[in-house]
Amino acid sequence: MRDRTDHMRYLPSQEVISHEIMDRILGERSNTDFTKFSSDDVLRAIGKENRNIDDFKALLSPAAAPFLEEMAQASKAIKERYFGKNIYLFTPLYIANHCDNHCVYCGFNVHNSIKRAQLDEDAIIKELENIAKSGLQELLILTGESQSKTPVSYIGRACELAKKYFNVVGVEIYPLNSDEYAFLHKCRVDYVTVFQETYNPVKYEKIHLEGNKRIFPYRLNAQERALKGGMRGVAFAALLGIDEWRSDALCTGLHAYLLQAKYPAAEISLSVPRLRPIINNAKINPKDVGERELLQVIMAYRMFLPFANITLSTRENAHFRDNAIRLGVTKVSAGVSVGIGEHGGKNQGDKGDGQFEISDSRDVVAMRASIKNAGLVPVMSDYIYV
Amino acid sequence: MDKFILGGVEFESRFIMGSGKFDPELISACVDEAKTQIVTLALRRVNKDKNESIIEFIPKNVTLLPNTSGARNADEAVRIARLSRELGCGDFVKIEVIKDSKYLFPDNYETIKATQILAKEGFKVLPYMYPDLNVARELAQAGAAAVMPLAAPIGSNKGLINREIIQILVDEIKLPIIVDAGLGRPSDACLAMEMGCAAVMVNTAIATSKDIRLMAMAFGEAVKAGRNAYLAGLGRVSAKADASSPLTGFLGETNA
Ligand code: SF4
Repeated sequence: MRDRTDHMRYLPSQEVISHEIMDRILGERSNTDFTKFSSDDVLRAIGKENRNIDDFKALLSPAAAPFLEEMAQASKAIKERYFGKNIYLFTPLYIANHCDNHCVYCGFNVHNSIKRAQLDEDAIIKELENIAKSGLQELLILTGESQSKTPVSYIGRACELAKKYFNVVGVEIYPLNSDEYAFLHKCRVDYVTVFQETYNPVKYEKIHLEGNKRIFPYRLNAQERALKGGMRGVAFAALLGIDEWRSDALCTGLHAYLLQAKYPAAEISLSVPRLRPIINNAKINPKDVGERELLQVIMAYRMFLPFANITLSTRENAHFRDNAIRLGVTKVSAGVSVGIGEHGGKNQGDKGDGQFEISDSRDVVAMRASIKNAGLVPVMSDYIYV
Repeated sequence: MDKFILGGVEFESRFIMGSGKFDPELISACVDEAKTQIVTLALRRVNKDKNESIIEFIPKNVTLLPNTSGARNADEAVRIARLSRELGCGDFVKIEVIKDSKYLFPDNYETIKATQILAKEGFKVLPYMYPDLNVARELAQAGAAAVMPLAAPIGSNKGLINREIIQILVDEIKLPIIVDAGLGRPSDACLAMEMGCAAVMVNTAIATSKDIRLMAMAFGEAVKAGRNAYLAGLGRVSAKADASSPLTGFLGETNA
């Protein structure tokens, strides 16, 4: 194999901003020994009202495992204080699956021969119309990560169109410079989601072999550039199971915490994706992150960042999702299809393959019913534009 | 009869229901059990789709108090207020300007600016504020119809953490003082009313109780009790020593 490039060095086109937050996260990562926390530390953290970084670590530690029930009680109370009974609904729309990157765990990667597709304007409008019929008011637009096939101008146009049908529009696309985020903000995008996948730079280097995504610091600082570009909200996630999940959850929470402290108006969301089996690589399995561990992460996030939204995708099954919305999760997707052009209903030949399999295929009507069933209230949008 | 006059309108109830944690059951509990006549309404929750809209859950004889939650500066608050009027939500508007996603404290500076503009446009402006005497004076001067200081961080159920400052506002500001956020127990609401606040607003404390209807009733009664105590004039907590042997009784005993 040829020499791999330096994953810590920015490419010429990539904007460099201050690394203070990244340095702090990586510092905490290497200085944390999760085995040193005791059940006393955990109980103290559960009993506190405002939790500090050490409390957060205790809640993620192995010592917290026997106290999931106690954490659940606290987590539920916090969620009700900050969000009442509200559960927000949204759906993702994949408009393209081209990708220039080579992430070893992903079926979209540049070397995989999957069916590639990209929606043109007419197809996007058709999808938007179909989704809007469900009554949803929040849409997350996704692409693979290909600057060449899906340039910012294309994504911006899709967002402008989406805004005609949806009150809230987010994007989950490749990381941009702040002026490009400002452009998307002008196209009326509300929030930006970037998954760091793992905050372990060594591991990161080994699984992101090619493409812009290989540059670790550029990806990590994407949310800050998005805020500089005027975005209202930013969303964070580690793909749990790639590396030691406690460390990655710690870094994700810290990342959100530090950025909110620097930009107090920023609206913060966290996602909790687990690594799932993928096309061409059935060996990759989220063995070490079971539902207990996933719930521990969700509750630790809720208790450390009580004000943050926590999103749970349809990668998880209906039973788990229906329970997690009682305990800490505040936002769920519904009516999800991960293929390209699948909301159109008809079987068109140009459809592209999906990135991962979904475990909860409920539509918006069913999801709303489940939320109400849990004694909660489905909310389509909390934004007002005037 | 003791009436609560707000923006020229008479109310009997001094219990205002906040609707941040929107729940139809909560609205009916407050209206039935606490006899609330004013319900706040986040305009961002007013849907175009009628069946989904929060408005559908609010009885017609209840006065809507639309708020500008979601606004991050004066300009956005002003535009939300204008939209509210266009949608037929009346002239009352509660100004909420928040640009802190963690503590959700109101931004007093932007709130004053929005109040100035909207009062001039004929709105009955009720600004939500971080308790501060100078700010309250400026809000009064800007034409606010009442001042709404927070008792404690919103949703915290901590009670009157800002009690001393709120008492100063009650003493110094002629407008009705409505305690807005943080009240956790009926006794907190009662205390606020005893202090001379004109009304209180509660949401989380009822929304998160185990029996919403019973808690709504408890708050309704506490508000009445506190108001009556205020009207009756609280018995003095005497700071005086026993007058039978005054320490200063010697004065004038000799011809100095
Ligand atoms: S994870 Fe994203 S960037 Fe990596 S190959 Fe898949 S689509 Fe491309």
